[in-house]
Amino acid sequence: MAEIPVLKIGDCLLVSIQVDMHDRLAMELQDDLTNRIVSERARGVMIDISALEIVDSFIGRMLNNIAAMSRVLDAVTVVVGMRPAVAITLVELGLSLTGVQTALNVDKGLALIRKAIGGQEGALGRQEG
Amino acid sequence: MAEQHPTIIPQLLAENEQTLLHDWMESQKKSGALRGGQIGEAELTEASRRLIAALRGGVASGQFVDITAPGWDQSRTVLEDVSRSHATLGLTPSETATFVFSLKEPLFSLLREKVGKDPDRLAHEIWIATSLLDKLGLYTVEAFQKSREDIIRRQQQELLELSTPVVRLWEGVLALPLIGTLDSARTQIVMESLLEEIVTSGAEIAIIDITGVPTVDTLVAQHLIKTVAAARLMGADCIISGIRPQIAQTIVHLGLELGVVSKATMADAFALALRQLGKAVVDRGPARQEV
Repeated sequence: MAEIPVLKIGDCLLVSIQVDMHDRLAMELQDDLTNRIVSERARGVMIDISALEIVDSFIGRMLNNIAAMSRVLDAVTVVVGMRPAVAITLVELGLSLTGVQTALNVDKGLALIRKAIGGQEGALGRQEG
Repeated sequence: MAEQHPTIIPQLLAENEQTLLHDWMESQKKSGALRGGQIGEAELTEASRRLIAALRGGVASGQFVDITAPGWDQSRTVLEDVSRSHATLGLTPSETATFVFSLKEPLFSLLREKVGKDPDRLAHEIWIATSLLDKLGLYTVEAFQKSREDIIRRQQQELLELSTPVVRLWEGVLALPLIGTLDSARTQIVMESLLEEIVTSGAEIAIIDITGVPTVDTLVAQHLIKTVAAARLMGADCIISGIRPQIAQTIVHLGLELGVVSKATMADAFALALRQLGKAVVDRGPARQEV
C-alpha cells in the first residue's frame, strides 16, 4: 500500500503527491497531515502537485479540505507546482480552488508561507518556543 | 460518349487555335477585363493561351459531361492557377467567371461559320459548348472561393499569433496586452502562452492590459476571469489594466464582478506591481545629461 510521505522543513510540512489519489489514500493523507501539524507545531503546509498530470474534481476538493483543516489548526496551506495544462483544465471545470493559496514552485511557496506567518505574528504575537 | 454526340468542337479547336485566341482576347478586352489594371495584357494572354491548349486536350478526350475526368486535369489546373492569382490580386468573382464565359462569344461565332447552314447541328454544337463552358466557369468560381477562404484562414491564424504576445516588463512582472475581441479560441491561446511564460520566467505578477479590447460583455468578462483564475493557480497574481471609462460603465451596468485588482492604465498597474514586489521607482531630481 503506497503511502504519501510528509516531510518537515523548519516549521513547514511538505507533501509531494506523486501517485494517483483515491478515497482511502486521501483520507489517510488528511489524517496523517492533521496529526503532524499538531505534533510538529507546523505553521505551513506545502502540497506539491508538480508530478500530477491530471487533477480532477476529487483531488480539487481534497486540496480544499486540507486547506480548510490546516486553517483551523492555524497553518497556512500553499499548493505548488501546478502545470499549465492542469490549471487550464481546472478553470474550465469551474474549480478555481478559491480557498487555497498557490505558488509556482516549492521555493516561492516557502517564501509565501514565511510572509503569511510573519504577517500573523505581528498581529497575534504568537510566542515561539 | 463521343460516338453518341458527334461534335466538331475538338477539330474546331485544333484547327483554329490561333484565331480563337485572338478573338477571345479581343472579346475579353471589349468586356473590360484589363480595365481594372490589376492584371496585365501579357499575363491575360498567357492564361488564355494555356487554357485553350488545355481545352484542346480536354475535348480530345471525348468527355464533355464530366469535367472531373482525368482528361480535364490540365484544364482544371489552369483554372485553379487563374483563380488563385485573381483572388490574390483582389479581383471579384464575376471578373474571374467572366474570364471563362467570355470564351463563348468567339467559340459560338466559329461554330456558326462552320455549321451555320444546319440549324439542328448548330443548336447541338452550341449546347455542348455552352454546358461545357458553364461547368468550367462554375469550377473556376469554386476554385476562386476556395483560394479566398485559404487566404482568410491564413490571415486568421496570423492574427491569432500576432495578437497574443506576453512581455516581460521587469523581473517577476509579465504584461499581456490584449488586442481585439476575446473569443474562446483566443482565450485558450492567451491562457496557454501566459501560463507557459509564468513557468519559464517565474513571474509573480501578470498585468492583463485590455486597452485594445473594443468591448467587454459577459462572455469576454468570463474569459478574463478564467485567465485570471488559471494564472492564480500557477501562483501568479493578476492586475487588469487599460479599462476605459466606457468599459467601466458597461461592467457596472452588466453587474459583472471581475474579482481582481484593476487599474485605469498600464502605468498604474506597473507601479502597483513594483510596490508588491518591494521595489520602487525613485525620482532623482532634474534629469542629468548622461555622458
